[in-house]
Amino acid sequence: MRQIDSILYRSSQVSCAQAIEKAAEMIFSLCAFTAVGAVFSITLYMIANGVPAVFQAGVKEILFTTVWQPTATEPSFGILYVILTSIIGTFLAVLLGVPVGILAAVFLAEVAPRRLAAVVRPAVELLAGIPSVIYGVLGMMILNPLMYRLEQRIFADSQTHQFTGGANLLSAVFVLALMILPTVINISEAALLAVPPELKASSLALGASPVQTIFQVTIPAARSGILAAVVLGVGRAVGEAMAISLVSGNSVNLPLPFHSVRFLTTAIVSEMGYAGGLHRQVLFTIGLVLFVFIMIINGILSSILKGEKRG
Amino acid sequence: MRREQAGANKIVRKRKLTLSDRLLYAMILVIGILAGQSMGAPIQGTSMETVQETTLSGTVTMAGSTSMETFVNALAEGFMNRYPQVIVTAEFTGSSAGIEAVLAGSVDIGNSSRRLRPEEKAAGAVEHVVALDGIVVVTDADNFVRELTKEQLGEIYQGNIRNWRQVGGTDTAIVVVGREAGSGTRETFEAFLGLEDTCAYANELHSTGAVMARVSSTPGAIGYVSFEVLDDTVSVVAIDGVMPTEEAIREGLYRLSRPYVMVTKGELEKQCETVREFFLYLDAEEGKSLLRRAGGILPDE
Repeated sequence: MRQIDSILYRSSQVSCAQAIEKAAEMIFSLCAFTAVGAVFSITLYMIANGVPAVFQAGVKEILFTTVWQPTATEPSFGILYVILTSIIGTFLAVLLGVPVGILAAVFLAEVAPRRLAAVVRPAVELLAGIPSVIYGVLGMMILNPLMYRLEQRIFADSQTHQFTGGANLLSAVFVLALMILPTVINISEAALLAVPPELKASSLALGASPVQTIFQVTIPAARSGILAAVVLGVGRAVGEAMAISLVSGNSVNLPLPFHSVRFLTTAIVSEMGYAGGLHRQVLFTIGLVLFVFIMIINGILSSILKGEKRG
Repeated sequence: MRREQAGANKIVRKRKLTLSDRLLYAMILVIGILAGQSMGAPIQGTSMETVQETTLSGTVTMAGSTSMETFVNALAEGFMNRYPQVIVTAEFTGSSAGIEAVLAGSVDIGNSSRRLRPEEKAAGAVEHVVALDGIVVVTDADNFVRELTKEQLGEIYQGNIRNWRQVGGTDTAIVVVGREAGSGTRETFEAFLGLEDTCAYANELHSTGAVMARVSSTPGAIGYVSFEVLDDTVSVVAIDGVMPTEEAIREGLYRLSRPYVMVTKGELEKQCETVREFFLYLDAEEGKSLLRRAGGILPDE
C-alpha cells in the first residue's frame, strides 16, 4: 500500500515535471527560431533591396569604379575605394591590435600574478563595454589633433597634399585596433587557459624556459582558439561604424594613411538620411557588400571551429 | 516517513499555488486599472474639446526637408494647440522626396529647402516661401581672415587654394570641411558657387553639429552651416564684403541663402479647409512668432 502510494505520487510528480520540461523546450525553441527568423528575414531584405540597384547601375560600375558622385546630374556610384578602405583599414587594425591582444592574453593567462590579473581583467572587460561613440568622440578630440600635427610636419612642403585636419585612415586604424583588443584578449585568454597543463609541465621538465614554453608549446597548442579570436576581431573591425565615422574624415579617397577615407559602414551611415531613389538603393547595395564580407568572415570562423573539434 | 514528506510537499505546493494566484489577481487588477485609464482618456479629451469654440477638425499631412524640421515641428505643435481636433503629421524625408509626395497626392504639404524646379511647377506644384535661411561660411575661432570673395571660396573648395596665406591669412593649411551628398545645405552652397558635385572635401560630415565641432577644433578649417546654429566657437566669414546678418539675408544682399518653401498641389484656394487654415495660421502673428523663435528669418516684415 505504502509502496503503491509512493509510486503514484512519484508518477504524478514525473508527469508534472515532464510538462514543465515540455513547456521549457517549447520556449527555448521559440527563442531560437526568433533568432533564425531574424537572420533569414534580414538576409532576404538585404538582397531584395540591394540587388535592384546592381541591375540599374551595373555591377562593374558599382564595384570596380572609383568615382562616388551619387547626386550629380550624371551620377556615378563607384565604391571601389570604399571597399578597399574597409579591407585595408581592417587589415592594418588587425595588424596592430592582434599582437598586442595576444600578448596581453599571454600575460593574463600565464605570467600575471593573480592580484595583478584581477586588476587587468576587469579593465579589459570595461574596454569591451565602452560604447563605440565614446571611442569616436575621444578619437576626434584627442587623436585627430595629434594626427594633424604629424600630418602638418610630414607634408609641410607638399604642394598637392589635401590636409584632413587629422581625420584620416591612420586615426581610424588606431581607434579600430583599440576596439578589437578586448575581443582578441578575452578569446585568446580562454584558448590559452584551455591548454592542458601536462603539455606545459612536460616542456618545462624537458628544460625549456617559461618564455620558450609559451611561444613554442602553449601558443601553438591554443592556435585554433587564437585564430578564432583574430577572426572575431576582424568581424568587429569590419562592422564598426559610429566610432570611425567621427575620426576618418568620410571623403571617398584612395586609402593611404593620411587620406580622408570612407568605410563601407560609414558610407551607409553618412548618406542614408537624405538619399532618395537610386542613390538610396545603392546604399543598400553597399550594405549587401558588407553583409557578404561578414558572411565570409563567419564562414572562416566556423571552419576554424570545426577544424578545432576534429583536431 | 515518506507520507509525511509527501504531505509536506503538498502543503508547500498549495502555498505556491495561492502565491501564484495572488500574483494573477494582482496582474488582473493592474490590467484592469490600465484599461480603465485608457478608456477614460478619450472621454476626458472630448470634454476638453467641447470647451473650445472652434469646430475645425481633420488632418494636415506634410513631408520633406530635414533642415526645416525645427520649424515644422514648432508649427505643427502650435497649430494643434490652437485646433485640438486637427492632427498634423510631418515626415522628414528630404526636399525632393517631399515635393514628389505632394505631387503624388500622398501628403497635403511638401516642405522644401530649395525653390521649385520648372518641371515641378509644370506638374502643378505651387510654392509658398515661409522663411529664409542663410548659409554661413565659418572658420576656426583663431583664424583672422574675415572676408573672402566668391571666387576665392570657389578656389578653396576646388582645392586650388590650399593655404590661408594665399587669401591674406597666416601660413596655415586649409582643411576643407563640407556636408555629405544629398544634403540640402551642400546643394545650396555648391549651387551658389556653381560647383555642383565638383568640390574636393577633406571632411564630408553628415550633420550640422559635426561640421561645427570639426571646424571649431581644427586649426585652418573652413566649413558651412545653417545661419540659425551659429555660436562663438567659430568665426564667420563675409562673402564679397557682406556679412550674413538677418537684414542682409532678408534683403537679398547676402546671396548665400535659401528659402524654406511649403509646396501645395494647386493654388491655396483649392486646398481643403484645414490646409487653408494652416496657411492662415502661418501668416498670422502667432505663426510668425513661432517661426522667429525657431530661428527663421521672415521674408517680408
